[in-house]
Amino acid sequence: MRNGTEAIVLAAATFMAFMAAAAASDDLFRAHAWVLFFVLGIATLVLMRRVEFAPVGAKTSIFNREDTSGYMDDVIRFGAVATVFWGVVGFLVGVVIAAQLAWPWLNIEPYFNFGRLRPLHTSAVIFAFGGNALICTSFYVVQRTCRARLFGGNLAWFVFWGYQLFIVMAATGYLLGVTQSKEYAEPEWYVDLWLTIVWVAYLIVFLGTIVRRKEPHIYVANWFFLSFIITVAMLHLVNNAAVPVSLTGAKSYSAFAGVQDALTQWWYGHNAVGFFLTAGFLGMMYYFVPKQAERPIFSYRLSIIHFWALIFLYIWAGPHHLHYTALPDWAQTLGMVFSIMLWMPSWGGMINGLMTLQGAWDKLRTDPVLRMFVISLAFYGMSTFEGPMMSIKSVNSLSHYTDWTIGHVHSGALGWNGMITFGCIYFLVPKLWNRERLYSLRLVNWHLWLATIGIVIYAAVMWVAGITQGLMWREYDDQGFLVNSFIETVSAIHPEYVMRMIGGLIYLAGALVMSYNIWRTIRGDLRNEVPMGGHAAGAAPATRVAAAQ
Amino acid sequence: MALFDHHKKLERNVSLLFVFSLVAVLIGGIVEIVPLFYVKNTIEKVQGMRPYTPLELAGRNVYIREGCYVCHSQMIRPFRDEVERYGHYSLAAESMYDHPFQWGSKRTGPDLARVGGRYSDEWHVQHLIHPQSVVPESIMPTYAFLMDAEVDAENFAGHLKANRAVGVPYSDAMIENATADLQAQANPDADTNGLEERYAKISIRDFDGNPNRLSEMDALVAYLQMLGTLVDLKAYKQDENFR
Repeated sequence: MRNGTEAIVLAAATFMAFMAAAAASDDLFRAHAWVLFFVLGIATLVLMRRVEFAPVGAKTSIFNREDTSGYMDDVIRFGAVATVFWGVVGFLVGVVIAAQLAWPWLNIEPYFNFGRLRPLHTSAVIFAFGGNALICTSFYVVQRTCRARLFGGNLAWFVFWGYQLFIVMAATGYLLGVTQSKEYAEPEWYVDLWLTIVWVAYLIVFLGTIVRRKEPHIYVANWFFLSFIITVAMLHLVNNAAVPVSLTGAKSYSAFAGVQDALTQWWYGHNAVGFFLTAGFLGMMYYFVPKQAERPIFSYRLSIIHFWALIFLYIWAGPHHLHYTALPDWAQTLGMVFSIMLWMPSWGGMINGLMTLQGAWDKLRTDPVLRMFVISLAFYGMSTFEGPMMSIKSVNSLSHYTDWTIGHVHSGALGWNGMITFGCIYFLVPKLWNRERLYSLRLVNWHLWLATIGIVIYAAVMWVAGITQGLMWREYDDQGFLVNSFIETVSAIHPEYVMRMIGGLIYLAGALVMSYNIWRTIRGDLRNEVPMGGHAAGAAPATRVAAAQ
Repeated sequence: MALFDHHKKLERNVSLLFVFSLVAVLIGGIVEIVPLFYVKNTIEKVQGMRPYTPLELAGRNVYIREGCYVCHSQMIRPFRDEVERYGHYSLAAESMYDHPFQWGSKRTGPDLARVGGRYSDEWHVQHLIHPQSVVPESIMPTYAFLMDAEVDAENFAGHLKANRAVGVPYSDAMIENATADLQAQANPDADTNGLEERYAKISIRDFDGNPNRLSEMDALVAYLQMLGTLVDLKAYKQDENFR
């Protein structure tokens, strides 16, 4: 019997959610338990309709795909679709909150105020879009590079659906007002506990697959994925340590206070960037860039040096979020020094990625997916230069608290994380669904340019807005008085806020183009179009030179 | 090179790779965070810090729930312009009972570390109901619903207990009287002798202008009005607290 046990377990969990709603000691917990009840209830019903009494092992793969590869690819197909879906959701919420900053009447109290939607945007993009991309690509890469099927059978499905449940609970919690106010770690204690269970399962699946590998050598991409999974587990456990008011209540109080809490949070926060958005995504880079370019990684030794340097140094960089605060000076200076050193291993990764294209640069003319990878590496290099620069205390005294930081984050997130994820999705979908190629390469090119223009507008206006703010706050007249009231510095950047929303809108448009392209590819359609490069397919430069002679 | 030959062992042994990675990522955190709990001068010696009153704590929870920290910092840096604009730079001691801290990372709106006492209660209430009515160019959302949202005073002792569990020095009397104290602080007619004894420098009044309801607006305004007012900054000796 397939799915029978799972349906029973889910039904029991639904009942537990119902009991939690009944026993709740505060309104927020009750509302959140009802959300859980309905989500699990619907999931139970859907699963019950899928219960099949065919013998175990019969081919009844979802999406009606035969797994001819011998690898467990169904869960990756779901992951690819989830990545695209959450990406669009995250970008859309981003555009909405950008518009709220330009036109405050767009806030609808209490559930759709900026303060509640902003964590929804950051979590949707980092954890829903980025997290699904990481889980699905790591499952794909670890199977191929180990020549082994995913360890643990249905445990991989538990990881996928458990993670989606975490996303839904976190997101609905933000709208209801369930938050512990630690940036990028907002979910309350019970959602954190659930994520811990899912994350341990993820570690078991990933590690188990490596243990069962038929390839003696562990490929470099897996080093990055492994260190990402270990470190995120460590950060999550420490930073979310808290004492709940009641086991049936939503509210908890952080185990740490004030200055210690601040450093713990930014040790977490900066390494959410360092490991979730960097080490994990470098794992993606180390597999998909060489694959798409059909070239081996540029330097094996560089990958060793930059791997160890990157994971060792990143952990130290957190205090640069707390320059000139009440954090002791020694900690600030230590954080600044390590942040500057971090520039080198970061560029080690960029160089290793870009130089992999040695001997394959001509493919950029005809392959927009490869262009996507190259642009993502370029943005990675740009933002990993900007980051160390902003961590210098004197630069930070101007940039901190301003929109410059927001711009920096977005050139990393939209440019590096977004672009490389799009590249991976374009690589994966035709392979996973056994299609000859994508529906349209020209639409990929449209996506590439929409996304690039969107990011450039976004980052440029945020530089202007941030530096304007920073300078206006500290502007003195010749009598020695402050020139600007705070509100004048808000009105001054209204045009930039409008432009920023437009930049985001263009980026979102690109993601919608991708969604359409992916949907048609999954359906098995092929667009009849002139190949990229303007010439007949296969017309390599050498043959055209010969033809011209 | 020999070093790279040794590395081959890591590339073939997942247990070794796991252990080495874990050690590499543990070191930085241990060196930076652990001393903050042990080095004595991490938190300055000041006079006047006390735990939040129940009403202030309830207000602080509203502040957290609504994500105010997303746009408002509570951390004044030691620069001439910030000190002139917002007041004395923030001390670590001032957030020693903050679980979690609310220093923030972005100033879409102004810093609030010392907003207490700067505006009247009426200004705060009007500003929270409709910010543009007092600051026309403001881009802050409206929070009118706080006027009608009641504070759950009945079970409030649990909040103080949880805070005590993480190190805030709430006394037994404070926990026993949590509900009564919470209601009394917003009611000028209540017997507040015990309350004033338990919490120094406390403001007792009807904060939201509606004596018939103990609203979340009462709580939030009570919290905003105490921000940055506790520590006696005149008695603070800067030279003895270099860190």
